[in-house]
Amino acid sequence: MEIFDLTIHELHEKLKAKEVSSVEATRAMLERIEAVDGQVNAYITVTPEQALVEAEAADRRIAAGDVAPLTGIPVGLKDIFITKGIRTTCGSRILENFVPPYDGTAVAKLKEQGAVIVGKLNQDEFAMGSSNESSYFGPVKNPWNLECTPGGSSGGSAAAIAARTATATLGTDTGGSIRQPASHCSCVGLKPTYGRVSRYGVIAYASSLDQVGPLTRDVTDAALLLGAVAGYDPKDSTSVNTPVPDYVAGLATGVKGLKIGLPKQYFIEGLDPDVKRAMDEAIALYKSLGAELREVSLPHTEYAVATYYLIATAEASSNLARYDGVRFGHRAEDVRGLKEMFAKTRAEGFGSEVKRRIMLGTYALSSGYYDAYYVKAQKVRTLIMQDFLNAFQEVDVLLTPIAPTPPFKIGEKLADPLQMYLSDIFTIPVNLAGTCGISIPAGFSAAGLPIGLQLIGKPFGEATILSTAYAFERETQWHLKKAPL
Amino acid sequence: MKITRSEVEHVARLARLELSDSELDTFTGQMDGILAYVEKLNALDTDGIVPTSHAVPMENAFRPDQPADSIGVEAALANAPQRAESFFRVPKVIE
Repeated sequence: MEIFDLTIHELHEKLKAKEVSSVEATRAMLERIEAVDGQVNAYITVTPEQALVEAEAADRRIAAGDVAPLTGIPVGLKDIFITKGIRTTCGSRILENFVPPYDGTAVAKLKEQGAVIVGKLNQDEFAMGSSNESSYFGPVKNPWNLECTPGGSSGGSAAAIAARTATATLGTDTGGSIRQPASHCSCVGLKPTYGRVSRYGVIAYASSLDQVGPLTRDVTDAALLLGAVAGYDPKDSTSVNTPVPDYVAGLATGVKGLKIGLPKQYFIEGLDPDVKRAMDEAIALYKSLGAELREVSLPHTEYAVATYYLIATAEASSNLARYDGVRFGHRAEDVRGLKEMFAKTRAEGFGSEVKRRIMLGTYALSSGYYDAYYVKAQKVRTLIMQDFLNAFQEVDVLLTPIAPTPPFKIGEKLADPLQMYLSDIFTIPVNLAGTCGISIPAGFSAAGLPIGLQLIGKPFGEATILSTAYAFERETQWHLKKAPL
Repeated sequence: MKITRSEVEHVARLARLELSDSELDTFTGQMDGILAYVEKLNALDTDGIVPTSHAVPMENAFRPDQPADSIGVEAALANAPQRAESFFRVPKVIE
């Protein structure tokens, strides 16, 4: 077992016992990045100098007996998180040289605990994508099979866990962007309830859907990292002022008597046979552990993708209006006036997926179409939310696949955006409903590619999905398998 | 056809996005396909359904109107593509 293989909680014990220092752990991680990231491309920016300074500070804290769960732990951040003094690109040319003047709240909370930031992770441009292929900084490769995508948009955050180039990472999830890459890279990824984690200092894609969450090697780490970043923040008026429970303390609750719902619309014809088999095995395991499983219905599931691609693009078209070349970011040269500067700056700075979504969103909000598209989608969103509320009258947790198939090949879905969008069918409804979901490793396909299992909880039911996930992890050990890198 | 090439051109102008001829062609086809797909929402009767803008109940967030630290002029201008004194500089506004 190398230092870079350890979980947060394992490394924490070693740091506390002074078996290893944070500087040693950070050096080991930086060497590991140097050794394997050329193949994976999980990092856009590596920050060795700052990381070692932070590691030295962490070691001083540890020497003084002041050890928080994340003190001295090497973490990576999706490049959507604003980091003071560290270039933050959001995977886009338009922010290629943007160095933010402040830290966002989640990052500040990690720093308060003394976490060591080793670098900024690759992602789909502005978090728009399901395969990490829309990044200006090149696609990320899946560590389990370098010809496959790691999923997206937090593809770098998931691939770094699988490649053991970060002990833990933060990502964001707007339509599945934490859970789907976690599934494709065999790690744990949790999307908290909307409002659970502050979005201050997180570059906005679709503000009513975006949430920050952890990607980790095991469920305990997800509980630790969520606990570290969750909570009310006056700087995000949509963050919710609800106490943050001790997620780790509740992990071993068990699932005896837990009511687990199986939404029939998620177990459809056309589900990949390997995915189907993994779900059947998971269902059998939960039964054997004493959970009660029953079929439930989420009747508006088939409308979720259409609803999402209207609401998310509408919000994106508004959020991305700020990239105009005036105050920060790329600016086009040789222009005749302000309007031309805007149009050329944006043409040069954005990639095609971002342009496509800005166009769709602008259209959905434009005069004459606003009611037919945007308001219609918001109404269907109400129906989708109601589906979940109804299901949670009957059951405590929902169990579903994360993706209809194991990871797909790089380039496979690029020509047809709609096919790419449809691959998010099982993750998108959770964002529309605003509730929480976790992806955990649930096995491998015949070809050796990872398959994830999704557990969906009630709003602010993170503790329940974490303990449900923990019960599975303890019996299966899929999370201990390592990618061949 | 759900959307024509000239409508796509109009939307690009609204979005302040200069598109090449080939981008206009590609987006016209792709947006047409996506808009045809989202038509499926019309199969649902949503009369009387309240639209959702946020998943959790939101109230206006108030705070006391007290002065606080800000990042300062130099930090705010540090990423400016062009500056003049303590201002962002832009090309000619009145054409």
